[in-house]
Amino acid sequence: MEETKNGTTMVVFDGDLDKAIASFIIATGAAAMGKNVTMFFTFWGLNVLRKDNVISGSDKTMMEKMFGKMMPRGPEKLALSKMNFGGMGPKMMKKMMKNHNVSSLKEMIEMAQDLDVKMVACTMSMDVMGLKEEELIDGLDYAGVASYLAEAEESNINLFI
Amino acid sequence: MNVTKTVDAKGLACPMPVVKAKKAMDELQAGDVLEIISTDKGAKADLPAWTKSSGHELVEQTEAGNEYTFWIKKG
Repeated sequence: MEETKNGTTMVVFDGDLDKAIASFIIATGAAAMGKNVTMFFTFWGLNVLRKDNVISGSDKTMMEKMFGKMMPRGPEKLALSKMNFGGMGPKMMKKMMKNHNVSSLKEMIEMAQDLDVKMVACTMSMDVMGLKEEELIDGLDYAGVASYLAEAEESNINLFI
Repeated sequence: MNVTKTVDAKGLACPMPVVKAKKAMDELQAGDVLEIISTDKGAKADLPAWTKSSGHELVEQTEAGNEYTFWIKKG
């Protein structure tokens, strides 16, 4: 059987809860369909991968610390892109998701890792936003634009979310 | 029909039915039949799409109330 392009690539640029959920539903779905899935996290998307515990980061500059404080730490802290209502929106959506048996974002991330979805953190945007490897979840790859483009060339589905 | 394995995906929302189907199918041999039951309305279209794209064969699909049952032969 000839299979030339069997990849799905995704740039996760936004750090909104709703967009992150959509990204992970597509990623896990694609993995279930036998695709080689690569998610490339850049800029606000990196916040989806943050651990929720505070990392002291004594080696951080003043600005890096500020960024770290202001940005959401991980899937439980993300805001909605619409109807956020100062945090009430995500609470309501999580309740609705639970009622409809939709997995939580955290569970979806674990499921994606279990299905061998490759998650890549963009090192350039990590530097720009002052994020360190120890602040992000385990099991990530660290790379730049060339790695993403090389993966995208092997894909027939490519999304920017 | 000889069902090799049954997956109960009732109550699970998208994308879980296809994820469950994939995991179960990985353990089967070519020619084996997987039975999967879902209550997700989207699964009605999704499981046939997954079957086609994964190179399997949809032998039969039934609908009773809000339950959808699929029999998929591994390709």
